[in-house]
Amino acid sequence: MTGRERVAPSRRRARRRQVAWCFVAPALIVIAVFFVIPVVAAFAISLTDFDIYALADPSNLRVVGFRNYVELLERPLFWKALGNTLYFVAAGVPLSLAASLGAALLLNSRLARFQPFFRTALFAPVVTTVVAVAVIWRYLLGTRYGLLNYALSSVGIAPIDWLGDPRFAMPAIILFAVWKNFGYNMIILLAGLQSIPNELYEAARIDGASAFARLRFVTLPMLAPILSIVAILTIAGYFQLFAEPYVMTQGGPLQSTLSVLYLMYEEGFKYWNLGNASAVAFLLFVLIFGVTLLQTRAAREQFAR
Amino acid sequence: MTNASQKPRWWSDYLPRPAALLVNGLLLAGAAFALFPLLWMLAASFMAPGEASTYPPPLLPAHPTLANYRELFTHAGMGRYLANSILLAAAATALSLVFNVMAGYAFAKLRFRGRERLFRLMLGALVIPGQVAMVPLFLLLKQMGLVDTYGGVIVPALASIFGIFLVRQYALSIPDDLLEAARIDGASEWKIFRAVVVPLLSPIIVTLAVFTLLGTWNDFMWPLIVLSDQNLYTLPVALASLSREHVQDNELMMAGSVLTTLPVLIVFLALQRYYMQGLMMGAVKG
Amino acid sequence: MQWALVLVVATGLLAACSRQPQNVTTIRFWAMGREGEVVTALVPEFERTHPGIRVVVQQLPWTAAHEKLLTAFAGDSTPDIAQLGNTWIPEFVALGALSPLDARVTTSTVDPKDYFSGIWDTNIVGGHVYGVPWYVDTRLLFYRRDLLEAAGIHDVPASWPEWTRALAAVKARAPPDHYAILLPLNEVEPLLALALQQDDPLLRDGGRYGNFESTGFRRALAFYIDMFRRGFAPPMTASQMSNVWTEFGRGTFAFYISGPWNIGEFERRLPAELQGTWATAPLPGPSGPGASIAGGSSLVVFHASQAKDAAWQLVEYLSQPDIELRFREMTGDLPPRRSAWRDPALANDAHARAFHDQLERVKPAPKVPEWERIADEMRNVAERAARGQWTVDEAVRELDARTDRILEKRRWLLARAARD
Repeated sequence: MTGRERVAPSRRRARRRQVAWCFVAPALIVIAVFFVIPVVAAFAISLTDFDIYALADPSNLRVVGFRNYVELLERPLFWKALGNTLYFVAAGVPLSLAASLGAALLLNSRLARFQPFFRTALFAPVVTTVVAVAVIWRYLLGTRYGLLNYALSSVGIAPIDWLGDPRFAMPAIILFAVWKNFGYNMIILLAGLQSIPNELYEAARIDGASAFARLRFVTLPMLAPILSIVAILTIAGYFQLFAEPYVMTQGGPLQSTLSVLYLMYEEGFKYWNLGNASAVAFLLFVLIFGVTLLQTRAAREQFAR
Repeated sequence: MTNASQKPRWWSDYLPRPAALLVNGLLLAGAAFALFPLLWMLAASFMAPGEASTYPPPLLPAHPTLANYRELFTHAGMGRYLANSILLAAAATALSLVFNVMAGYAFAKLRFRGRERLFRLMLGALVIPGQVAMVPLFLLLKQMGLVDTYGGVIVPALASIFGIFLVRQYALSIPDDLLEAARIDGASEWKIFRAVVVPLLSPIIVTLAVFTLLGTWNDFMWPLIVLSDQNLYTLPVALASLSREHVQDNELMMAGSVLTTLPVLIVFLALQRYYMQGLMMGAVKG
Repeated sequence: MQWALVLVVATGLLAACSRQPQNVTTIRFWAMGREGEVVTALVPEFERTHPGIRVVVQQLPWTAAHEKLLTAFAGDSTPDIAQLGNTWIPEFVALGALSPLDARVTTSTVDPKDYFSGIWDTNIVGGHVYGVPWYVDTRLLFYRRDLLEAAGIHDVPASWPEWTRALAAVKARAPPDHYAILLPLNEVEPLLALALQQDDPLLRDGGRYGNFESTGFRRALAFYIDMFRRGFAPPMTASQMSNVWTEFGRGTFAFYISGPWNIGEFERRLPAELQGTWATAPLPGPSGPGASIAGGSSLVVFHASQAKDAAWQLVEYLSQPDIELRFREMTGDLPPRRSAWRDPALANDAHARAFHDQLERVKPAPKVPEWERIADEMRNVAERAARGQWTVDEAVRELDARTDRILEKRRWLLARAARD
């Protein structure tokens, strides 16, 4: 054992600070180099018309200021992609949250049997690879030979061209996304439900509250903070829709499943218009940031009451 | 066995018996909804080529065959992709654990200037979608010569803000006196970390390991962009590529999907306790 | 301590495994689709006759090939030799990605005069040769003779009016969810072929502006979407057909505009009793036999390659007429050299004869680097028009607007070059 050096407290603190930096430095360097710098660079690139010509010869690069952003906002395809993404968020998030909450409430019920099995089964889709299950779903949604249409036909509904009809492609993707993700929030909400003290239910029961009243006045208010966080994170996540259209529909049919991120991928990696692609990415970021900010502020006000 | 004086304790106890049927019935329906595509994937992978495209669509193979799997390994080279996935997921997990655990512990227990402000800044950065950085990151890696290499996939994943957050939250619960006592005894910070902290953090380390393993195994967009050489492909990338090429060979695709999904499902089933624990913890404490 | 030892041993093993004998050059060859699958079979013999060269083939799906090649260029990881769709050659030349082959061609067995002139021309950009045609591709009619006969049509249509009559006859006799022709909405080639049959070029002013509002293109687009409006063609993509070959066999559609590779596919996938019921025919034009796309793939050598000589040897090898014929047997792809066509196996092939006829009437797509992007827009706009969302007028105006925007940088570069 080294001697108990009588070092001045300030020097000890200074040394400890140095050591602390050694602990965080590796991770911080990685994050700074491989995340922060690229994000800043992305903004810089979005102010130029970087494309394949510029890739071949840097002298072909022009700094165009905010022209990319202006052109993007004037481009119908961008608004279509934005509309598609908003449709996905507006329809998908409530469905997903409802499914997660419903499943969590069911799992939490005293009447439920085989809880570990059900919990695992309901969570299984979250763990799978998007690519692999999208292939399955693409097949199950097939017009002629898909099992979904077969099941629908047994109740008299005509076969729907899920992935080929512009009206049904996005609903199909929403269904798929909900299936894939609802288990994740279910677990979080389950944790929240389990942390609600029993005494509150007891008190409500003594006061003569029915089952549904207890749900409305005890469960949901107590769950509200977690539900709010889950909603915020889910919305932010759903804005980043990409893998599902990439594998299942390639943004079609008629670009009805083209999401903002898919547009960015096409501009950036299919056509190498990096200036445009970065502009799309930043617009998306601003959008997500704005929505998240609004939500957190609303949530904070709600809970301050 | 119900004593009349025992007070019923749950809302559902008030409901008639059929309610139990309802609850479990709904859970069963939910489980069926969740599991059906996966089970069908398994069934279809054993079907003969073309069998899945018949009407009415089959649920089980008429004559189960391993032909699709044979085809995958002999002609489509799945063995190589499987090896790549295992290698990359393992390497990324092992290395990122080191980076994230050290940083997470430091943010929780080691004092340095600007610690809290830096941490809040990092949390804010979680909102930035990773895809914003993809294009410049690609160009940066090209300068570093890491494009089309294993390094290009691993290096950006070496540290993650979410991982640091998770570790920090858990590390907050380590009693300060323990650490102070070790310091007074003259042990260096590094020794304290190795001998005292890491054993205490082992639950969250396992959780983070599972998270990272699943995340890197399933990651598809970044490897798709960074890797050109087919020999380096991971399973999701190879499957995406295969699915665009063999649009018509559905049974083969199902076999590929089984191969891509099964390892993660097995790991998850074995370690699900830790994974769920970590999720729940992140939720309640966050 | 043991870990360090293990690490050292492992590194040593890895190093030993990756070290090759000094006199072996490895070349990486990227190939797409069926050709990629098949060319691996030709590699062993090449390696045998060219000791010291090892070929590693990587297959890319067509739908991702263009992206992958561009990404590889951006990431400095291009292969040594690749199969390149000939419409992409101007783009990669503009990037400076390809190595000019003029000097190599003049001193080799590759004889430009032996190739179909329209096809050889697609490889020349700015007066230099950048690729050697590997196989030719064009689009023409595959049709079910028996379904036509049953509808009362005894001669395969040779002009647009005759074609419309045949389509109407087949559709009239077809059951509810059957059609007369399959025009997959994810393919631009059928519309492109019809457009190339017109006298008006697709771009004007040296490729500076779109020319889609011309009478020629309007006529082609109107003819194309008319087939959807009248129910002759289903508004779907190829993947929605589930399995195109099986459906052709089942008679879900009687006409299909496709390329030479499907000769082999239909021969392989359709049952024996159906083999006598289908045939090929040249594409009908507005008033008689029409032109089609001068398509196909070429073999190119990349500028960044460290093994250009070895890569060229592979190009030469694959361009030999007898190898081209062997390749054709395996893929159904048609050789680009006229001498190969004199071979009895090809000369007497009933299905290939229509192609020989069509290849003398092929026109190239505009040779601008942005062509791939413009073709994508053509496909998107055509899909909307086919689904009834836009009229022909709206569609061509939109297409011109989009094309003009895509070509803006080209205009700027050309203006700048003219100034200097």
